[in-house]
Amino acid sequence: MEQRWGLPLIAWPSRLRPNLWDLAALPLVLGALALVAWGGMAMGAHYQLGEPLSISLDPWRLPEYALRTVLRMAAALVVSLAFSFPYAALAAKSRQAEKILIPVLDILQSVPVLGFLSITVTGFIALFPGRLLGVECAAIFAIFTSQAWNMTFSLYQSLRTVPVELTEAARMYHLSAWQRFWRLEVPHGVPPLIWNMMMSVSAGWFFVVASEAITVSGQSILLPGIGSYIATAIDQRDLGAIGYALLVMLVVILLYDQLLFRPLLAWSRKFRSDADAEEYDVRPWFLLVMQRARFFDLLQSTVLALNRSLDRAIVAGSRHWMPARETQPPSAAAIRLFDLGLLAVASAAVVWLVAFVRQDVSADEIGWVVLLGALTALRVVILIALASLIWVPIGVSIGLRPQIAERVQPIVQFLSAFPANLLFPAAVVLILRFDLNPEIWLSPLMILGTQWYILFNVIAGTAALPAELKLVASNLGVRRWLWWRRIMLPAIFPAYVTGAVTAAGGSWNASIVAEVVQWGDTTLHATGIGAYIAEYTAAGDPARIALGIGVLCLYVIAFNRLLWHRLYELSIERLRLD
Amino acid sequence: MSLVAERLTTSSTTAPPLRAIGLSKTYRTPDHIGRLVLGSVDFTLREGEIVAILGKSGAGKSTFLRILAGLLAPSAGRVEYRGEPVIGPVHGIAMVFQSFALFPWLTVLGNVELGLEAQGVSAAERRRRAVEAIDVIGLDGFETAYPKELSGGMQQRVSFARALVVNPDILLLDEPFSQLDVLTAETLRNDLLDLWVERRIPTKGIVIVSHNIEEAVDMADRILIFSSDPGRISAEVPVHLPHPRSPEDPVFRQIVDQVYTLLTTVPGRDARRGAKPEPIGVGYRLPDAPVQQLSALLEKLGEEPYNGRADLPHLADEENLTTDELLPLLELLQLLGFANVSGGDIELTMAGRRYAEADMLSRKQIFAEALIKQVPLAAHIRRVLDERPGHRAPAARFLRELEDHLSEEEAERVLDTVINWGRHAEIFAYDDDDRVLSLENF
Repeated sequence: MEQRWGLPLIAWPSRLRPNLWDLAALPLVLGALALVAWGGMAMGAHYQLGEPLSISLDPWRLPEYALRTVLRMAAALVVSLAFSFPYAALAAKSRQAEKILIPVLDILQSVPVLGFLSITVTGFIALFPGRLLGVECAAIFAIFTSQAWNMTFSLYQSLRTVPVELTEAARMYHLSAWQRFWRLEVPHGVPPLIWNMMMSVSAGWFFVVASEAITVSGQSILLPGIGSYIATAIDQRDLGAIGYALLVMLVVILLYDQLLFRPLLAWSRKFRSDADAEEYDVRPWFLLVMQRARFFDLLQSTVLALNRSLDRAIVAGSRHWMPARETQPPSAAAIRLFDLGLLAVASAAVVWLVAFVRQDVSADEIGWVVLLGALTALRVVILIALASLIWVPIGVSIGLRPQIAERVQPIVQFLSAFPANLLFPAAVVLILRFDLNPEIWLSPLMILGTQWYILFNVIAGTAALPAELKLVASNLGVRRWLWWRRIMLPAIFPAYVTGAVTAAGGSWNASIVAEVVQWGDTTLHATGIGAYIAEYTAAGDPARIALGIGVLCLYVIAFNRLLWHRLYELSIERLRLD
Repeated sequence: MSLVAERLTTSSTTAPPLRAIGLSKTYRTPDHIGRLVLGSVDFTLREGEIVAILGKSGAGKSTFLRILAGLLAPSAGRVEYRGEPVIGPVHGIAMVFQSFALFPWLTVLGNVELGLEAQGVSAAERRRRAVEAIDVIGLDGFETAYPKELSGGMQQRVSFARALVVNPDILLLDEPFSQLDVLTAETLRNDLLDLWVERRIPTKGIVIVSHNIEEAVDMADRILIFSSDPGRISAEVPVHLPHPRSPEDPVFRQIVDQVYTLLTTVPGRDARRGAKPEPIGVGYRLPDAPVQQLSALLEKLGEEPYNGRADLPHLADEENLTTDELLPLLELLQLLGFANVSGGDIELTMAGRRYAEADMLSRKQIFAEALIKQVPLAAHIRRVLDERPGHRAPAARFLRELEDHLSEEEAERVLDTVINWGRHAEIFAYDDDDRVLSLENF
């Protein structure tokens, strides 16, 4: 193996000669490259604020719009990865940094994604005057904020849980910190990272629709993309166009799944240390093409050769400035000083934020916003309870039948990736038609896209229950309510909590788009903190946006700390099957 | 003896406690042909006896036990519990599993009470009986512990308490001691036998699937030997020894020898009959024997004190091999023509001696020759690779062929096994990433 990488590529080793698979692979790759180049050029186009960007509802323009959206998603994913690696590494390696970085990440995670957009868009536009790139960056940044945090968390957790013996082995063989990071710690984190990337992209699809149609200082900018297409279609009450957009979205998500995630997942199996990685799993067709086509061998050997020389250079350099051994821990006094400084900075920030908000906002209004938060909290709680009542029994009965579960899993995964906000107009039409109360009937929209996490996790939790435990229950004659109470509910609890946390977090986030829904010139309002934020984002009122987002964050954090975190700890301690 | 007799006379009903008539089980394969794992088994459990079931892995022993328990439906035939047909789990039959199968979220008490709770026993009564059962099985003081706080031996005791608390008429044990270390297993086994012999449990019959010959001879009144493809009862060995039994007793040793003989006879390869070995097919269920162990065993057999000949129970004891490890090794040795096994003894053939005395490189060569000559699947793979222009073939190709003869998992296991041997013998290479077999590098 070692030798093969070192061979000069001009020698054209036999395994690199083109074969039939290249016939399929080459057009795919070249086509993709051309598309990326074209999209990149389009992004840099000239633009003056105030210039109208028209979106055509012609379905034939959709593939082009879809491509622009996909490129935005891809860019955000790359940025998310670039953010996650150093952030997670720093948090995992330094106890001091961990003290700041992890709570910050926790808060960032609870900030509603669209909140980031309303705060940052003006700055980005100022960064690239006269070009569309500023707006593009703001949109990509918004998608990034919907993707990055859970990826960073997953990587941080993986870095913290590298098996001790592997770390010790790495130290015994004198791997430098740099080598250890890439040879041991990152590979260990790859499988969970890829799962989180999939979840991130699902979240991204949801917000891409909202982040392409941006309102800045009363002017709406429509970036060419599926999101803007949908926004325009909603504005013009064109149900046909929404149907086309739905169809294209379906195809795009399917392609993402087939071309990116299936191969990545299959590939990531080799990093797993547990025994079930041995199974004769089915290889996704695209991975097969990539592994069979000689072109990719060539690509791979080039990349590996490059990587090797880079590695060698860095290793040579890092021996001096990156010791393989942990550095001396700082003294207790230094740590206390650091903590005090941290506390001071945090207090100052809180005081400043309160002062900023209090300039424009009365105490009564703050109280009102807290009440709005409670209303939205009530919605989230009721919806999660309802979704659980529906999906837990269904998930269990699917999970008990492996053949059905196998077929249902990809469908549920797909549903969770599908941006539910595409269906919002239908809700408006229904509410108007039947003259329903929007306070109640807009609420289900919050959970439309996130309920699948509950179903998905319950199926997985049920399927993971060892067969012998089921047999014991049957042998002892445990049935009906006793069976649910003593066996099934405890068995799926850890998986259920994971699913419910994700669903609840998603619902909070979705409240901003779900509590105010438009259809043409009809706007339906539900009273809640999401509607409050959406309203003042449109009006461009920074103090009230900050207040809304701040209160929403507090609610989310309170729920996470007081409810979900405790349930999670409980489930890990008592109910884990291993 | 006397106790068994007494149990027999106290029987009030005429129907035997448990009876299986013409049991068959077919598992469906992907191509819907169906594979017979259990072929027409007749079995009667008599009042007051312990029956042990021994056999190679894959002989359908666990399937048989699960059908007796009413956990699996047979494809043909029926099970009767005291004359009544068994069509699902019945009160009166309890089962203990190999993996303990305790619910991690329930305490020891919670686990033991579960069966009573399912029967609708009142809370106070439940508590009283569960505490009693925990006491009987020697776990008092651990009522409020969670299973993961306990050692393996104690977990299995909980599992026994859970089965015994419902006062089972019949106890079915699926290799209950195989996941415990030797000492713990023996203690628990003796405790169970004491309860049984002293009649401190109301149980009228025990069926135990075992992988340990001495364990079976120590416990059972009757030992059934299962053979595979399809699983059926190929022999029955009665054990007329009073409890407690001593492994040093010559009669005990003789029975152990007899069971070894029955278990290690490869069909058509019984050396005593002097017949030419019957050829095996491509779809033969190859034994799961690692080459390294084979090599080590042959080397040991070639040296002092064995000098090419050994008594199997003695060998297993000396070399610390469980029956599960020893049986596949013996089968492979016989398949390759390296040894003959008969009458509970093993004797190296000329080829076997040659292997034992050779150096590492020549050993590979001898192994490769034997593999091509004696294992049709290995020869078949090599032939296909030789004939193909690129000398490459995906593993899936052979997997499909094997699935004509074996279940999906068995086909995978057999292919993995032969790939392992073939790689060691260097008769072909295998790329695990692409799952392709090839003649690369030679």
